[in-house]
Amino acid sequence: MAQTTALTHTGEALALPEGWQGIVADWSSDQRAFKNVPWGKAMMWIFLLSDTFIFSCFLISYMTVRISTTVPWPNPSKVFALTIGGTEIPLILIAIMTFILISSSGTMAMAVNFGYRRDRIKTAALMLATAAFGATFVGMQAFEWTKLILEGVRPWGNPWGAPQFGSSFFMITGFHGFHVSVGVIFLIIMATKVLRGAFDHNRPGFLTGRKGTYEIVEITGLYWHFVDLVWVFIFALFYLW
Amino acid sequence: MAHVEGQQHPIKIYLQIWGWLFVLSTASYLVDYFHVQGYLRWSLIVVLMLLKAGLIVAVFMHMLWERLALMYAILVPPVLVLVFLGIGAFEGDYTFFTRLKFFAAGL
Repeated sequence: MAQTTALTHTGEALALPEGWQGIVADWSSDQRAFKNVPWGKAMMWIFLLSDTFIFSCFLISYMTVRISTTVPWPNPSKVFALTIGGTEIPLILIAIMTFILISSSGTMAMAVNFGYRRDRIKTAALMLATAAFGATFVGMQAFEWTKLILEGVRPWGNPWGAPQFGSSFFMITGFHGFHVSVGVIFLIIMATKVLRGAFDHNRPGFLTGRKGTYEIVEITGLYWHFVDLVWVFIFALFYLW
Repeated sequence: MAHVEGQQHPIKIYLQIWGWLFVLSTASYLVDYFHVQGYLRWSLIVVLMLLKAGLIVAVFMHMLWERLALMYAILVPPVLVLVFLGIGAFEGDYTFFTRLKFFAAGL
């Protein structure tokens, strides 16, 4: 890991200032504003910030079309209900998907932890478990889409009310599902690298030739938790509202 | 000084947050299940949503342990979304009003 702190003349690390002084010192310092953070992690955070704006745009456009429609909005509680054992349970599929995604975040957080402990087997196993949860989520979403399309939901109309329901639904959940799918692929690639010991031996990665370290597990984790985070907002604002 | 590599925290804290996220998600599902309506419904949904988001960002994404420079760089810009949200709500209300005013006969 690169030296990120200044040294005194005796070679001891100079403590970084905290609080507001720390912010001013970090931002006005030479070379790098984000101390103690590898650049890959800072870049992932900045990417996630831009992604936050993309999803915000989707959710805000959904809000404006829902406010401005003069036709009643379809009731998501009924639209996403499933009949299990003869009784109709509202929104149950979405609730299960929520719990699956939260669980995947839990296994991911632990994978990051075991990664820094250089426990290859546990890290890879937990990352693959995360990927499996993610794939299950996407599978359930495919089921949900199929069900709705068979019931006649289209981006331009649906049997229950405001036509904007379909376009908002497919756009928002589709974009989120795409993020989950990319995350699953990313996780499988990184788990394979962990298993091979690519990070123990600082083996250069594909495409970039950068030396691999366990920080990439945390960076992958940041992306994955973000996908879960977006789902928290979609669940609340689209499905529960 | 011992060489500290990356973010190291006891596993226990992740399990606790995992448990809390389950509790909060169950609570938001129950809001729908028991048909809570009106302002109580909306405020419950938003509060539970923000609590969950806060826990994920703070602990799972380790923001709690990052330096303030990174924290502010990432967490302050999304506040601007609130401005956009306000503009969107204003615009939506206006469109709704004009639709009622000029197209109501055609419905």
